[in-house]
Amino acid sequence: MTSPQLFTGQDLLCLRGGRLVFQDLDFQLAAGGCLTLVGPNGSGKSTLLRLMAGLLKPLRGTIAWGGVALGQDPEAHRARLHYVGHLDAVKASFTCREILAFWAGLRGAGGVDAALAAFAIDTIADVPGRFLSAGQRRRLSLARLAAAPAPLWLLDEPTVGLDRASVALLEGAIARHRAGGGRVVLSTHIDLATPGGEVLDLAAFAPVEDDQDGAEDAA
Amino acid sequence: MLRLILRDLRLVLRQGSDATAALMFFVLCVVLFPFGVGPEPNILTRIAPGVLLIAALLAALLSMERLFQGDFEDGSLELLLLSPLPAEGVAIAKVAAHWLVTGVPLLIVAPLLALLLRMPADQLGLLVGTLALATPLLSLIGAVGAALTLGARRSGVLLPLLVLPLYIPVLIFAAAGLDAGLSGLSPRPHLLLLGGMLCGALVLAPLAIAAALRAAHE
Repeated sequence: MTSPQLFTGQDLLCLRGGRLVFQDLDFQLAAGGCLTLVGPNGSGKSTLLRLMAGLLKPLRGTIAWGGVALGQDPEAHRARLHYVGHLDAVKASFTCREILAFWAGLRGAGGVDAALAAFAIDTIADVPGRFLSAGQRRRLSLARLAAAPAPLWLLDEPTVGLDRASVALLEGAIARHRAGGGRVVLSTHIDLATPGGEVLDLAAFAPVEDDQDGAEDAA
Repeated sequence: MLRLILRDLRLVLRQGSDATAALMFFVLCVVLFPFGVGPEPNILTRIAPGVLLIAALLAALLSMERLFQGDFEDGSLELLLLSPLPAEGVAIAKVAAHWLVTGVPLLIVAPLLALLLRMPADQLGLLVGTLALATPLLSLIGAVGAALTLGARRSGVLLPLLVLPLYIPVLIFAAAGLDAGLSGLSPRPHLLLLGGMLCGALVLAPLAIAAALRAAHE
């Protein structure tokens, strides 16, 4: 392991459904850092998070952790990341505790009760998934972050469905995670307090509509 | 991996309907034949192997569509692919769970149904042995199709079209083995071929399933 373990992306270009989503995108994230992705709908926030997770591969450019490209060691990368997407992976017939225990168990961790408490779902720990509200499902999905430690959190609009108090819980969890050297990349449409974090505006990397037209991109 | 198998088994036990539906389908399918072709013992004995195998094949196919669908729709599959578990391990675990809930009950019921079709009692051991080789093969091959049709809108129609032709070799050798047993010949070569196919599928199918699952999440 090299000492400055940077999580980096260089010269990324991504094509989705025949449409260029972004190009020439670079990012860099050191330990304890937080990168907030902003931009209008369709500017590629989710796509970039899926690229960072390794679910997608960029058409051009490389994403690397400590200088090692993701494609070279996908297992190691999966072991170090948590991904919270649009879907909450809540099974209707399992209780919150069972669902969380399964996901934590896959990573060989067992801090289930503490994680339930961290997102204030300990009171509904034995309620089956089918009775959960959208906000409770989202909190259960976020509790995976606390149940099994992983250095990189990729959060795709984690605040959707959350009330104010839950957003504060999430902010607290992110702050603790960063204080312990963890990194966070998140996309959001609301103001989420990430002190000292950087903001990446994806609109700046949108492809220029007409290459010849002198109108350089708004960056 | 064991954890994933156990979770899938628990999920099926809680919901129940999927596994029992496949089993009931198998039983009803076989029971219909004596009504259709008449209770003539000679004819029933003659067609018993084919009937049992085709019913088993269709029962496996029936439950196959849901194999990855539920996990795909609620986002669990995405998380499984991002877990430290390799995608091939996810594939093997899902197939193993499928076989345990659909294949194994079938093995238990098949001898009873074979008696109904007037199969000689001394052939029942061979029947169970053949099915024990054939049903995991059906699960493995079907899972490749299920993974490939994931996300397709009419996967219920597409899946049988894709998978049934691939089931033909399994059907041929399993039926030939049972026929050989009925006519007093050795079923050994056919069973060995089935076993060979199973070994091949055990290695190749998880690779294909994993690739298809990854492609479904592109």
